[in-house]
Amino acid sequence: MSRIGDAFSDGKAFIAFITCGDPDLETTAKTVRAMTGSGADMIELGIPFSDPVAEGKVIQSANARALSGGVTVDRIFGMVRELRRDVRIPLVFMTYANVVFSYGPDRFASECRVAGIDGLILPDVPYEEKEEFAPICRRYGVDLISMVAPTSEDRISAIASDAEGFVYIVSSMGVTGVRNKITSDVGRMAALVRKNTDIPCAVGFGISTPEQAAEMAELSDGAIVGSAIVRIIAEHGKDSPEYAGEYVREMKKAVSGGLPR
Amino acid sequence: MTKKGKFGEYGGQYIPETLMNAVADLEKAYDYYGKDLGFTKELDTLLREYAGRPSGLYFAKRMTEDLRGAKIYLKREDLNHTGSHKINNVLGQALLAKKMGKTRLIAETGAGQHGVAVATAAALMGLKCRIFMGTEDTRRQALNVYKMELLGAEVVPVESGTGTLKDAVSEAMREWTGSVSDTHYCLGSVMGPHPFPTMVRDFQSVISKEIREQILEKEGKLPDAVIACIGGGSNAIGSFFGFIGDPEVRLIGCEAAGRGINSPETAATISTGSKGIFHGMKSYFCQDEYGQIAPVYSISAGLDYPGVGPEHAWLHDISRAEYVPVTDEEAVNAFEYMSRIEGIIPAIESAHAVAYAMSAAPGMRKDEIIVITLSGRGDKDCAAIARYRGHEVAE
Repeated sequence: MSRIGDAFSDGKAFIAFITCGDPDLETTAKTVRAMTGSGADMIELGIPFSDPVAEGKVIQSANARALSGGVTVDRIFGMVRELRRDVRIPLVFMTYANVVFSYGPDRFASECRVAGIDGLILPDVPYEEKEEFAPICRRYGVDLISMVAPTSEDRISAIASDAEGFVYIVSSMGVTGVRNKITSDVGRMAALVRKNTDIPCAVGFGISTPEQAAEMAELSDGAIVGSAIVRIIAEHGKDSPEYAGEYVREMKKAVSGGLPR
Repeated sequence: MTKKGKFGEYGGQYIPETLMNAVADLEKAYDYYGKDLGFTKELDTLLREYAGRPSGLYFAKRMTEDLRGAKIYLKREDLNHTGSHKINNVLGQALLAKKMGKTRLIAETGAGQHGVAVATAAALMGLKCRIFMGTEDTRRQALNVYKMELLGAEVVPVESGTGTLKDAVSEAMREWTGSVSDTHYCLGSVMGPHPFPTMVRDFQSVISKEIREQILEKEGKLPDAVIACIGGGSNAIGSFFGFIGDPEVRLIGCEAAGRGINSPETAATISTGSKGIFHGMKSYFCQDEYGQIAPVYSISAGLDYPGVGPEHAWLHDISRAEYVPVTDEEAVNAFEYMSRIEGIIPAIESAHAVAYAMSAAPGMRKDEIIVITLSGRGDKDCAAIARYRGHEVAE
């Protein structure tokens, strides 16, 4: 059992995603601290991959920028160890199966524990393939996070019953990226998840505005925002921490019910 | 849920949850229609009357005499409608998509051979069609871009990554996650998540089924070696599959070594890659020490891919098939050689297989038999090969 539950212990959670090493690891660390200070309840640290098939253009470009800057898994572990001197909120990694597989799943999970990583999201490892990674993660106290999507339907009960940490509800079909409108029946997915597990669930994909975040958090236990934050970083580069922090403060307020009705 | 679509440790279904129901539906449909008499009859008719099967097994007399070794036969997939083996798989998948009620096909393409075949099948069956093609490849294979558009398809140039086949696959997968309800992803090779490697292999195995019948009729015995080029591996597995149970038949896949396997500019996955998980499957991939997929290179757009189908990875591990690297230079020489000695211009992809056969045949006995699968015709490559030799040819 990791500390992921802590993120949901004080009302609705706001979960922020950032691509490590975009534009450099120093800026990533500063941005993580700024977002933590602004009320982020958990942070997803994206380990860049050369060919991120679940990502839209915004995060694809961030991955490419980070890799061309020379970031590696080892340097990211180093950054996390340094962050853990003062950052207490749950931190999870988001990356692709090959990054973990080529590092060696056992070595990767063990490094996660040493560095202070609480969970791992692998968007290209569905329920059918999770046994390759889940027992190893469990051994090191790292939660392998499960995802459910609008097409999951009767798969949701099996996925949710075996889920650890929190359940990641994918709000929409398609890849990551800002959307004007979320049309799937997220409430129904959340209800199906809750019928099968006691762990929290949070909604991601397509969320960028405070209104969307408030609505999605209302339907679940929290909202996850990636592309909107990565876009801020693409725009402001090394000056991002301040802007990202400001954005997170507004979003956290929104999920906590602070929007004017 | 059970482990499906594994070849030894390879294969699997490493894809986003968003796609899982789509591949499960596809698997169900394929299990049903693959055994359905009406479906197989309809497909057989299309293969015969529309695609022109069976393709000939041609005795390359002049090449055999010139090389002074094994007897060389050419399996003429280049004579199929649309000019390559790709149509075998595409007609199967398009028919299946139609049965599943899909109204739209998407696909990736490298050299454009698969894209042209998909655009053709879409036109034939009244389906909408969108093809993803790396920007680098749209330049190398401009004529095929025009053909696809002529056939009514929309061609989307993919700029991400290296602008080649792997990026086209990634982009087609991304598109599919947003369009599964009405769209079938017509994958062009024996790769990707289950059931694609098995289904595509089954549709392509018509190649080895015919080779077997034809060679037994002509020679009264099986060939000593079957040689095919390999990128993702669809024409190779199609050529090998019917002989896997005959250990006396050597199965040889010719990988694109580009400028050589000791240079970074290569696409020879089995010779230079390592185990990994990418594009829905566990297999061999060209990658760096941190699992970042390598930007591979080959003169042949169709073989310019950093992975290989999972069944090939397994056939390699159990030593049932051999995989050998062939460089750009060797392939171009073979392209020119085959044109002059047999009057057949092979696809630059297929020329990789021809090149290996040219080096292997002289060391073999005259009563031994080689079958080379000519996976496609080389018209599309003429301008690029001329350019390689320093001539500019207007397409």
